Amino acid sequence: MSRWLVPTLYIVFLLLPIYWLLNMSFKTTNEILGTFALIPLEFTLDNYIKIFTDPAWYRGYINSILYVVINTVISVSFALPAAYAFSRYRFLGDKHLFFWLLTNRMAPPAVFALPFFQLYAAIDLFDTHIAVALAHCLFNIPLAVWILEGFMSGVPKQLDEMAYIDGYSFPRFFVKIFMPAVASGIGVAAFFCFMYSWVEMLLSKTLTSVAAKSIAATMTRTASTAGYELGLLAAAGALTIIPGAIVIYFVRNYIARGFSLGRV
Amino acid sequence: MTHIHTTDLAFEDSAFNVLLGATLSGKTTLMRLMAGLEKPTSGEVWFSGQNVTSVPVQKRNIAMVYQEFINYPNFSVFENIASPLRVARVNQSEVSRRVQAIAELLNLSDLLDRDVSNLSGGQQQRTALARALVKEASLVLLDEPLANLDYKLREQLREELPRLFSKSGSTVVYATSEPEEALMLGGYTATLHEGRVVQYGKTIDIYRKPCNLECAKIFSHPPVNIATVSKSNNSISFDGVADWLCPDSLKDNRDGNYTVGIRPHHLTLSGAAANGYSVTVPGTVQLAEISGSGSVIHLQVQGNDWISESSGIHQFSIGEQVDVHMNLNGCLYFDSEGNAVY
Repeated sequence: MSRWLVPTLYIVFLLLPIYWLLNMSFKTTNEILGTFALIPLEFTLDNYIKIFTDPAWYRGYINSILYVVINTVISVSFALPAAYAFSRYRFLGDKHLFFWLLTNRMAPPAVFALPFFQLYAAIDLFDTHIAVALAHCLFNIPLAVWILEGFMSGVPKQLDEMAYIDGYSFPRFFVKIFMPAVASGIGVAAFFCFMYSWVEMLLSKTLTSVAAKSIAATMTRTASTAGYELGLLAAAGALTIIPGAIVIYFVRNYIARGFSLGRV
Repeated sequence: MTHIHTTDLAFEDSAFNVLLGATLSGKTTLMRLMAGLEKPTSGEVWFSGQNVTSVPVQKRNIAMVYQEFINYPNFSVFENIASPLRVARVNQSEVSRRVQAIAELLNLSDLLDRDVSNLSGGQQQRTALARALVKEASLVLLDEPLANLDYKLREQLREELPRLFSKSGSTVVYATSEPEEALMLGGYTATLHEGRVVQYGKTIDIYRKPCNLECAKIFSHPPVNIATVSKSNNSISFDGVADWLCPDSLKDNRDGNYTVGIRPHHLTLSGAAANGYSVTVPGTVQLAEISGSGSVIHLQVQGNDWISESSGIHQFSIGEQVDVHMNLNGCLYFDSEGNAVY
């Protein structure tokens, strides 16, 4: 009995906000404001229907997914060779450079919002998907380099040498042998890039206005213009959980190593 | 950093060569230089009459097996073995035929479809060996390939290895730190000490006639027993406790002190002095170990730490005074510089 009690309580507390979000998303705004109920009394799908039919809403998701995917692809493809260099070669200042990468993650994104805004406005990148994707690289490339370096250092250097001895050229070795050998690392790095880019709000909100407006921006702006459409917001919030849940499923066995930045 | 000192070493072509030396003596570095995985700061590497110093690894037509079991983790056993052939663009039916043949030799036929990560250590190393064999490379480098295997597998593979490679006509270089392994593999041996090649020649010649004390030490396990003896005229005197006739090889050398080296199996404690065990010296037992069919006795003889290795199980108590019988045929003599005198 007591063996189950603590984990059960823990899970209940963890899931409570998520449950409440789902609960609200099936209610009308009037019911949310007027009554307190554990389940929706006037069950409605209107909130979801509104999101899937109104372009102002669903474009937010499309825009977000677009820049998140672009960011993930850029981050991982740049981090792969960088992480390989850090894990395999010794060069002047390598340890300092490696640590400096991590410090990029320590600054709050707000610090960079203004310079990015100015820069992108100057070169006509403002309000494009690539703008947000590039801005998020500032945080995601260092993270991906750290995660991948950890996974790569777990692969013995003799594997590289073995391949050269067998006659593999470097590019062929890297694609055919090395990348599959660190496939779980690539998956984890991609997941973390995806998640950070997906939940980041400040930069995406600052760097877009109409054409590439993110879902986070859509949600906040709706709240301020059309009063408090709480049911609609709850439905939109519930939907934002789904992409992360899908992606995490594929890397569920390696996720712990990702949090330790690939180090065992 | 490991350094290889000024070294001239020419391995016998198409033969089984052993690199024998303790850990950190430079075996691996020498192999990496031959493979082209490392560039020498000075000096040259030649293969079959060609200077290959600046030839990249990929172009050298070599194969290598590491001490750690290194295989391509995402390939099946078949693809692991086939990998050098795939890179060389050998056609599918030829790849299939050669891989099957090698797998047969190494008892891997039933495992070809398996994932390498699910194999035992012995099977993984067999796969690595198969990959080295299938390439029919002109130079095969084996860097202590059996060191991480359990002893039964090690003995079995050690027997098979020279046979496997003798058919291919490759020049094989096998690094090991165990003298017995060098003897069992036969062929040629180069002894290494602190980055220097001490001696190179037929394994059995080096074992019988090491060129100096260092080489004798490398090629003896348990370590060779050493003592100082003095020669005057035709007789050799060991600390006043024993005298024997000077061997022919030493007759013409000057009188004075020499170092005698005698391998543990040329010392016996049991029975009467017979069958060539003609010299007897007094000793004190320090430690007695029993190794299955034999006994290893650690002794104190005239202030020297000696070890005797003899067949049969003999029980001694620590501190016991014993007669140590020496076989003079097994004695090696070294001058004051440590060079062997024959």
